[in-house]
Amino acid sequence: MGTEEAVVIGAGPAGLFAAYELLLAGADVTLIDRAAQAGGQLVKQTHKFFGSKEHYASIRGIDIRHRLEHALEKNGDGRLRTLYSTTVAGFYADGALACVKAERYYRLHPEVVVVATGASERTVAFAGNDLPGVYAAGAVQTLMNEQGIRPGNRALMVGSGNIGLIVAYQLMQAGIQVERVVEAADEIGGYQVHASKLRRLGVPIETKTTIKRAFGTNQVEGAEIWRLDAKGEGIAGSEERLTVDTVCLAVGLSPLVELLSQLSVDTRFIPEFGGVAPVLDETYMTSRPGVFACGDVANVEEASTAMVEGRLAGIHAAGYLNRQIPRRKEKIQALETSLRTLRSGPASEHVRKGLRKVGEHA
Amino acid sequence: MDKRDVIVCRCSDLTLADLEALFNTGYKTFEELKRIARIGMGPCQGTTCGPIVRSAIHRRFKEPIERIPLHRARPFNIGIKLGAIKEAADDES
Repeated sequence: MGTEEAVVIGAGPAGLFAAYELLLAGADVTLIDRAAQAGGQLVKQTHKFFGSKEHYASIRGIDIRHRLEHALEKNGDGRLRTLYSTTVAGFYADGALACVKAERYYRLHPEVVVVATGASERTVAFAGNDLPGVYAAGAVQTLMNEQGIRPGNRALMVGSGNIGLIVAYQLMQAGIQVERVVEAADEIGGYQVHASKLRRLGVPIETKTTIKRAFGTNQVEGAEIWRLDAKGEGIAGSEERLTVDTVCLAVGLSPLVELLSQLSVDTRFIPEFGGVAPVLDETYMTSRPGVFACGDVANVEEASTAMVEGRLAGIHAAGYLNRQIPRRKEKIQALETSLRTLRSGPASEHVRKGLRKVGEHA
Repeated sequence: MDKRDVIVCRCSDLTLADLEALFNTGYKTFEELKRIARIGMGPCQGTTCGPIVRSAIHRRFKEPIERIPLHRARPFNIGIKLGAIKEAADDES
């Protein structure tokens, strides 16, 4: 018997919904996040979501977070314990979690664990990549949207996925001139609607192009971009110099599988998800019984799908604890249909491909 | 491109030139590189440098990228003071 019934690691979109379903099923839930507040990436998302009402369309990420927290409080019934500013620093073979808050260290022994640790931002190797002024897109969002600080005056955005496009637009909104968006691939990675918004503001987006180097004495004073050939190698002579003080990298995410790797659960390298992801069965359970995973740590995707996956993982984790859920089967079916709908578009082709690979292995 | 200006591991201040020198000496897996150069042992625990090292190994040794393992993660993934662990052990016993 564990000392905790259910522990959810990560209070982002996936973790919050997993906790919500576990609470609805009557379980005692401990929700842990290393940030001082719940929400994960929702906290910095000042843009409105797309899709249908069911998936919080036209609501801003920060407001979704408030709604979720409210729902947890309402359904928690005194059974929710939140441990914020707390890092899970270790996941041991005997199932114990090592937690750290400030200088205090303690262990938890949960019966089930839902790992919803999200993803980390990837970076890219180029000369001058350690100069102050080179940021990951998430850091720029934290500075601007959470702390109200302008990262610079003129920016180069590297990467044209949805994060790159949205953050480039937010930079423009904050009065920072985005000189260029460059994309190494043949096509723009994100939604057309985001790309069009940038183009209307006069921001050029160039494909088959990437950063060659950033330069400057004590900080970024400029950047050189160059065109890429069919093999992805830079073409000598195609260099162009831009006067920028900020280089923003939005080159993808990798699942944060550290804790699951410590536990030695089965994982697999999935290029579509930007790295190693855990192998899951149809109940979102890893190869270790009682340990579930959902959201970006399972497959790098969007907040909307992470929320649905979180609910499913929460329901299955409650089932593992033998908690009874009214109309369980119908509920699961409806959520699975909803996931399929969210993933049906052409932009989700890579996700479908990645998920097939995870499934092949399972 | 001057490879001495490309940082691969910002925790241990390792450049692409350093990494390629290690390749030339015969180190070719992440586990080996970690032991000789502390790569992946700093605050990022391999989350930043890992993908960069993986693609450097891929480019250099033509190994399929999905078959290049990173290091085995072990507790702890952040620094913890021994005193804090002792205090917890005293409380538990």
